[in-house]
Amino acid sequence: MKRTVPLIITFVVGTVLILSVFIPPMENLGENFTLFFDIIAVFAFFLGGGNLVRVHFQKISRKSDDFQFSFVTLIGFFVMLSAGLFKIGNPGDIASSVTADGSLFNTIYQSVFVPLSSTMYALLAFFVASASYRAFRAKNREATWLLIAAFIILLGSTPFGTMLTSWVPESWSIFHIPNLAVWLMSSPNLAGQRAIIIGIGLGVVSISLRLILGLERTYLGDDSA
Amino acid sequence: MKKTTIITFAVISALFLVSWIAKGMFTEGSSPFLDGFLVTLAAFLTLAIMSFLYKDNPYYKFAEHLFVGVSAAYAMCLGFWSTIVGNLIPRLSSGISEFFKVSYIEGDYNFIYFIPIIFGILLLMRLSPRGGWLSRWPLAFIVGTTAGLNFVRYLRSDFINQVSSTIVPLMIDWQGFGHFFSNLNFSATGQLVMMFSNLVIFIGVTCGIIYFYFSKEHTGWFGRASKIGIWILMITFGASFGYTVMGRISLLVGRITFLFRDWLEIIS
Repeated sequence: MKRTVPLIITFVVGTVLILSVFIPPMENLGENFTLFFDIIAVFAFFLGGGNLVRVHFQKISRKSDDFQFSFVTLIGFFVMLSAGLFKIGNPGDIASSVTADGSLFNTIYQSVFVPLSSTMYALLAFFVASASYRAFRAKNREATWLLIAAFIILLGSTPFGTMLTSWVPESWSIFHIPNLAVWLMSSPNLAGQRAIIIGIGLGVVSISLRLILGLERTYLGDDSA
Repeated sequence: MKKTTIITFAVISALFLVSWIAKGMFTEGSSPFLDGFLVTLAAFLTLAIMSFLYKDNPYYKFAEHLFVGVSAAYAMCLGFWSTIVGNLIPRLSSGISEFFKVSYIEGDYNFIYFIPIIFGILLLMRLSPRGGWLSRWPLAFIVGTTAGLNFVRYLRSDFINQVSSTIVPLMIDWQGFGHFFSNLNFSATGQLVMMFSNLVIFIGVTCGIIYFYFSKEHTGWFGRASKIGIWILMITFGASFGYTVMGRISLLVGRITFLFRDWLEIIS
């Protein structure tokens, strides 16, 4: 029951979804399974939320390090959850969108979630700058290619890059730094990305096949669970 | 708690309180104090995250913990309203659909939509110490669906489509050698650059794949092709790195603009 049933479920679901592409009458079944997947994924969000609450309640009850901040997480979680689930302050009735302007959910999203997430990502600019210093050293030919490509992309995105090569005639416009940056992104970069994508594609196909055939079982964990 | 910590906290609280009152007094609108509070709160959270550049500190931890709680609830609410209410309930019950004011979708086999509910409940069993193993069933369903969908999707989009996009004619808009040489230039949209781009893509992809092929020793012509593959990959990494840096800097500029324009109103 612990291992056989999950393996059968994976095999049946995976096979049906692959067959649904080739057999038109099964198309509907494939669509249903995709919807089932979306619904179970929402339950996974609930599981994540439940786990978050459990972990932070444990931290508070055990008075672990920095347990005071667990109150912040729990308050933020429950306030946002109540605002979203009960549509507090929504201008319309229950049929209105949860993200409607003026709702508490949208207000928290705009005033708390957006500043926090964008600043969190913006913070990476400083760490990326420090990483650039280490990565952009032309120690050998390969590193030099990396340096040149990154330098052209960075320069091409600034007004200085445009100004630097503005004297180049139109018939040589590929040597305008912004054009060169665009070409770099759409040709050599595309070629490299494509080589990687083809590799990833083949990798995903083979791992999917291994999962469906039950050769890959690591997702089941061990039996002691 | 240290005395310096208390003083710092008091000073920072006072500063943001002054900011809130000032924004409330000088902001126009129907609810200036609420708007002032929201802008001040966003500014405080922005600065709290940025304070990590100095070192890990209680303000950063506060913002970080708040982010975790709010984002978890955000994802849950969106999932509930868009998938459960939007897609599941209309297929399950006319009564509940009426309550949520969504149109009921009639169907002969609507009972099958109880399957994901059962699987969803089984997934929640992971929180229980005894019935944790039951969560493997929905997990197996998720894995099976992902594998089944990805098998076809990746084979089509990441393999077949990528290969067919690489093998393209090198002679673009070809109207004979006379036309080619009489219009020869290095314009970014010119024929020569277009042809060269396609050549770079074809050689780049081929050499890149050769580099990833480890079943044959990288010597001779194979080794040279593999070397070109490395160069192409290094250009790719450099371009992606440069692009990422620009993206992050744009976000940083956005936050600094918010602080100086929306909060402090120093710039217009």
